[in-house]
Amino acid sequence: MAALKETVETVESIDVDAYKYGFTTDIESEKAPKGLSEDIVRFISAKKDEPEWLTEWRLGAYRRWLTMSEPRWAKVNYPPIDYQDLYYYSAPKTSPGPKSLDEVDPELLRTYEKLGIPLREQEILAGVETRKVAVDAVFDSVSVATTFKEELAKAGVIFCPISEAVKTHPALVQKYLGSVVPVTDNFFATLNSAVFSDGSFVYVPPGVRCPMELSTYFRINEKNTGQFERTLIIADAGSYVSYLEGCTAPKRDENQLHAAIVELVALDDAEIKYSTVQNWYPGDGEGKGGIYNFVTKRGDCRGRNSHISWTQVETGSAITWKYPSCILRGDNSQGEFYSIAVSNGFQQVDSGSKMIHLGRNTKSRIISKGISAGRSQNTYRGQVSAHRKASGARNFTNCDSLLIGDKCGAHTVPYIESKNSSAQFEHEATTSKISQDQLFYAMQRGLSAEEATALIVNGFVRDVLQQLPMEFAVEAQKLISISLEGSVG
Amino acid sequence: MNETASQAEIALKSSFERMKNAGAQSLRRGAWEAFSRSGLPNKRDESWHYTDLRAALRAVAPMSGETKTATSAIERKQASCRFVVLDGAFRPDLSDLSLAPSGVAAQSLREALAHGEAEVLAALAGDVDDPAVALNAALMQDGVVLRIAPGTVLDTPLEIANVTSNAGAQSVYSRSLAMVGKGASATIIETLEPLAPSEAQENHALTLRIEDGARLEHVCTVAPQAGAAVRVLSLLATLGAKSALNSFCLIEGGGLLRRQVFALLAGESADAAFCGATLLRGRDHADTTLQVRHEGRGGKSREFFRYVVDEQATGVFQGKVSVAQLAQKTDGAMQSKALLLSDGATMNSKPELEIFADDVVCGHGATCGRLDADQLFYLQARGLPEREAEALLIQGFANEALRLIAREAMRDMLEARVATWLARRDIR
Repeated sequence: MAALKETVETVESIDVDAYKYGFTTDIESEKAPKGLSEDIVRFISAKKDEPEWLTEWRLGAYRRWLTMSEPRWAKVNYPPIDYQDLYYYSAPKTSPGPKSLDEVDPELLRTYEKLGIPLREQEILAGVETRKVAVDAVFDSVSVATTFKEELAKAGVIFCPISEAVKTHPALVQKYLGSVVPVTDNFFATLNSAVFSDGSFVYVPPGVRCPMELSTYFRINEKNTGQFERTLIIADAGSYVSYLEGCTAPKRDENQLHAAIVELVALDDAEIKYSTVQNWYPGDGEGKGGIYNFVTKRGDCRGRNSHISWTQVETGSAITWKYPSCILRGDNSQGEFYSIAVSNGFQQVDSGSKMIHLGRNTKSRIISKGISAGRSQNTYRGQVSAHRKASGARNFTNCDSLLIGDKCGAHTVPYIESKNSSAQFEHEATTSKISQDQLFYAMQRGLSAEEATALIVNGFVRDVLQQLPMEFAVEAQKLISISLEGSVG
Repeated sequence: MNETASQAEIALKSSFERMKNAGAQSLRRGAWEAFSRSGLPNKRDESWHYTDLRAALRAVAPMSGETKTATSAIERKQASCRFVVLDGAFRPDLSDLSLAPSGVAAQSLREALAHGEAEVLAALAGDVDDPAVALNAALMQDGVVLRIAPGTVLDTPLEIANVTSNAGAQSVYSRSLAMVGKGASATIIETLEPLAPSEAQENHALTLRIEDGARLEHVCTVAPQAGAAVRVLSLLATLGAKSALNSFCLIEGGGLLRRQVFALLAGESADAAFCGATLLRGRDHADTTLQVRHEGRGGKSREFFRYVVDEQATGVFQGKVSVAQLAQKTDGAMQSKALLLSDGATMNSKPELEIFADDVVCGHGATCGRLDADQLFYLQARGLPEREAEALLIQGFANEALRLIAREAMRDMLEARVATWLARRDIR
């Protein structure tokens, strides 16, 4: 009964204060003036010392953004965002691009230590049980440290902040940036294209199996700051990479905006596994504060037999608006989406996946588990489509929702569109509450109501947890229990 | 309406202005205002995403006038007590008024509105927010009002026959009502039957008021129409406590068709089932959109649909089950399956759940695919030619939905219609 023990321990370890990453780091930072204009876009571009084509690319996106309006179709409610009342660039004041960890502000290192993110390579090596994970740490608008770069370079893998990649590998960046999520894709993606600050860049050369897990840790610290990071991962023919993403933010009364883009490109026979544990600050018990998470994530299975898999555990954010998608372009390509979305308090989640079948014999699978508690609203919104040429396409979708308490909502809105008779689509969804019988059974054996709930919930999401890399699975399991704290009784 | 009203919307406005003497003026004005706010629905309206009525109704046909048709021309398909609404006008001369069983009162809608009958106006005031329903309420010409007295148990089905003559391009707006009194039990057949294929633009609505403890079987058949026809068929049902509605609809395509069901399970322990089979070929476009809303405790709803889509046709299924916070103990299950028979065929499904109560069991399933190769092989190995084997499997697939019709005679009649439709597939 390892799972039971784990759950009980987790529940016991819950502090009074459930969100333990809510501290702020006092560090001097350099910011662009508030608001957004062509000058700010140029300012960001200049700060990053970017080539002219990228500055023009950003300006083109900005001009386009001015003509767009915010999407309103998601089942989320929030007051209008004043885009001129935000800082679009904020960086800790240290020498730009520290050469080694010794040059990184110790205050920053302490922040990551508190978050449990290993930035010192030797510490990881000294550890007995951990596998090696290379980390790119992004603090507000800049990347502060990237570990294991040398070891990765030996394998030919490029793993660096995207701002660095623009300089060191301009051809790759220019070729792939915006090729999966076009500049004009949607309101938030266009905004990101204009003002994106940093993020990770990964290139895995043909036939290489990336020797370790890659990971990026995002942290929003500054007040009134939007974080607009951009991640670009390219897996060349026959390569494999597994990538983890984590995020936290301090507790602040104001809402903070996070509009990121993640682009994945998988060429022939390549495989990308992308896992996220999203734990942005969800706001307080009255629904005040928290992160607005408007993210565009898309993978392009461009080559034959390519494979992209998204796994996400969503426990944070006041508002989540995010639909990790796969474009299955190459014949025989595969897309997968596994998601656990837990909402409590006043959180609003509108999330799901899109699987666009374009190539022949493409396969996709969506497993989504939504858990809503408190006064939260949790919506699964997904699309599966097969185009005329997608002969033999297959999709299986399963969305289950669990309701805890009578003041929350759980909704399912799938769009299933088939234009090919040989495409075979199956979709199933259920919504229910935790069965009284199961609760009674567990409580009769001595568990409290909260422990019993956590146990049942962990069983409910097991299908998805199994898809996560091991270290993440343990963290995710704890997160879920913490997120549900106070929802019973 | 949008800044610039389209030609079609201007034409509709002038039709509305000509309804000045038609009774229920305040109701019509309210409905027209509701319609004007959105205008003709198009792809950008979430619930009309797959059916663009604005594009289909670029040119609005003139309102239908009086039609003279001999009684014999309207064929009888089943034993029933029939009420004929011809080109939007209730025709007592073509109806079985004298045969109406005791406990059943029939009246024309035009008359009920002219007299300002409170019960009828109240039932119409409960319309849902939908542009096509609002347009129907603003422009309704006539229809039949059926009142079934409390406790009446009817054996003979009552039939509301919406017949369209071959008068060419004309607009028809009919609204019928059936009020099923407490504890009553009845069967209502609703038919859409063109005398000959025409380019009619039809908008029919049926309002059902099912009182506490009443039971209603509803069977609807939609016969094929010409390719240029545009038809909207709405069912607006309100269910009282412990009442039951079992509704089935057979759609045989023809032009653009939108069938929409709005059901409100208002009372406790109401039980509603909606089933249907849709058969499409050519360039047919048929959309079935359901909105089932649970507001009473312990309600139960079932939706069960089958689509057979051949050639270049497009099938649409949208089903939304919403459960209000007070509707605890709701049990909802929805299933839609589509069979695509040709590479040009398209199926769009959007099963939706919107749940605000925690103590519920709700689910939906949707599938889409072609005939199973193993099953075909099995039948062919036993000597059936390919076409026959296919027909057998398709018929079996469609019959799964027909099985849920309670009246055996109706079921047999509809199975025969499915077989006839399939037979035409072979002649091609």
